[in-house]
This record gives sequence, structure tokens and C-alpha cells, in this order.
Amino acid sequence: MADVFDRVKAIIIDRLDVDEEKITLEASFKDDLEADSLDVVELVMELEDEFDMEIADEEAEKINTVGDAVNYINSQQ
Amino acid sequence: MLKGKNALVTGASRGIGRAIALELARKGANVAVNYAGSEEKAQQVVEEIESYGVKAFKIQANVANESEVKGMIKEVTSQFGSLDILVNNAGITRDNLLMRMKEEEFDDVITTNLKGVFLCTKAVARQMMKQRSGKIINVASIVGVSGNPGQANYVAAKAGVIGLTKTTAKEFASRNILVNAVAPGFIATDMTDQLTDEQKEGMLGLIPLHKLGQPEDVAKVVRFLASDDANYMTGQTLHIDGGMVM
Repeated sequence: MADVFDRVKAIIIDRLDVDEEKITLEASFKDDLEADSLDVVELVMELEDEFDMEIADEEAEKINTVGDAVNYINSQQ
Repeated sequence: MLKGKNALVTGASRGIGRAIALELARKGANVAVNYAGSEEKAQQVVEEIESYGVKAFKIQANVANESEVKGMIKEVTSQFGSLDILVNNAGITRDNLLMRMKEEEFDDVITTNLKGVFLCTKAVARQMMKQRSGKIINVASIVGVSGNPGQANYVAAKAGVIGLTKTTAKEFASRNILVNAVAPGFIATDMTDQLTDEQKEGMLGLIPLHKLGQPEDVAKVVRFLASDDANYMTGQTLHIDGGMVM
């Protein structure tokens, strides 16, 4: 199974159509990857499907960077 | 016209909701018939829909209860495989003059008629965002535009639905989810049967077409909004009221 970061990266590339090198753990979805609020909601939905988990709204709101998402997923597995 | 589309109509066991469910089915859509209490009537609607050669099933859920709503949407999408059309129709009345209206009467109507629309919309949006398409049609009321004595709770809820329709339309436009409302006027249903003769006469005098509407009059406009013929419309509220409010 691919590393969590790689799987998250693949979803981001597919959804936001950004260059792979821009996707670092520090990258902010909104500031660096040009996602709007609804894009982030959708990304979270896709992460839920990809990792077969439910991310509560309160947790989802804390996900601002790629690293936030990866850390959250790791903490739940 | 709606062949292969999958729809969910809330409060579809009777009245306007029933007429909408039947009309969508008549035009080829598969329809999930939501109801709160009238199981037998919901079953009759299901059987009538099936006679049109499309799929139908009934599903019990209180639209004001988030977990029941989530369960309902999950069930509908798993049975149909997709969900193209949501009609938020479920509603109740607890009429009273404002000075006599109890807090509970106000809360009950706001909860079912306004929060119910919010919860169903939120639950269905996930599926429609994935599909990159969807039609949401909210059944508001002309009194939500004009006001009506004795219905402070109902009017507040329906005016709220119109505002919710506009905001939802703006939030989801980029995902090709179109959200519109209909505002029926004085339609012959169980709900309007409860009005006093005095109220009825008063209303007829305000209707240029000078007659009651039928549930089918509303259903046909909803069917239009649900179809590809309305693909350049979103955030609108269509009055179906015999010209009562212009």
C-alpha cells in the first residue's frame, strides 16, 4: 500500500490540478494550492472515501495544510 | 423527459408531495417516497408510481432529525446508485395568531419546514457534488413572500426556505447543482382544508384567476425545474398562485 502522503498527493493532483512539486506537507490548500472553501470540503470527502473513515466537521475545519490531512489520517489508523 | 433520473421527494405520501412524486414518475424518473407517519398512504403512492414502469420505494424519516436524514440519503443512493433530484416538500402547519402562538408551535414548524430543508440539502449535496450535477427544488409558499395573519411560524419558515434556496444556489453553482424554489398559493390539499371558510373566501378574492390551484399545477412546475429544460435557472422562486402575488 502506498504511503499516506502519496495517496493524499494523488487525490490533490486529481482534484485541484496542481503540479506535484507544489504539494509539500507545509502547503496550505487555500494559499498555496489555490483551493477555495468548497474544494477543501470536497477534498475531505474524497479522503474519507480513500481511507474509509469519517472525518467530523470539527476535525475537517482544522485541516488547512497537506500535513494537517496526512497527520489526521495517520492518527486515525 | 426524466428517464433514468433518480429522485427523492420528502413528504410524498399526500398533497403536493404526492402529486410531485407521481408527476416525476410519469415522466420517467425513479422515485423514493419519503414519509413521516402515513405509511399506508406512502405505500399507495409507491404502487401508483410502479404502475408507470419505473422504480419506487417508500422510506420513513423525520426530515428534522439529522441521523434519520443521513440514513435516508444513504439508503436512496445505495438503492438507486445516484440521486439526481431532491424535492424538499415535507412541511407542517401549527397556525395561530402571533399573540396566542406558543413557543413550541413556532419551534415545531421552523424545525420541520426550515431545518428539514437544510438537513436534507446538506446530506444530498455530498452525492451531487461527486456527480457534478443535481437538481434541488424546495417547496416554499407564497405566504413566505407576502406574509399571512395566523401563520407567523409557517411564513417565517417559508421565507427562510426562499433565502436558503438562494444561498444554496450560489454555494453549489460551481458544482452544477441547481437549486430553485416554488411558491404555491392556495392549493386544494388537506393542509388548506383546515382553513376556515372566511379565510378561504378572503383568499379567493385575492386571486386574479379566481380559483384554487391543484397539486398537479405545482407538480408540473417542479417537473420542469427538475428537467434539463431548466438548466440555466438557479436560485429562483416561481410563484404558482393564480397571480395572487406579483
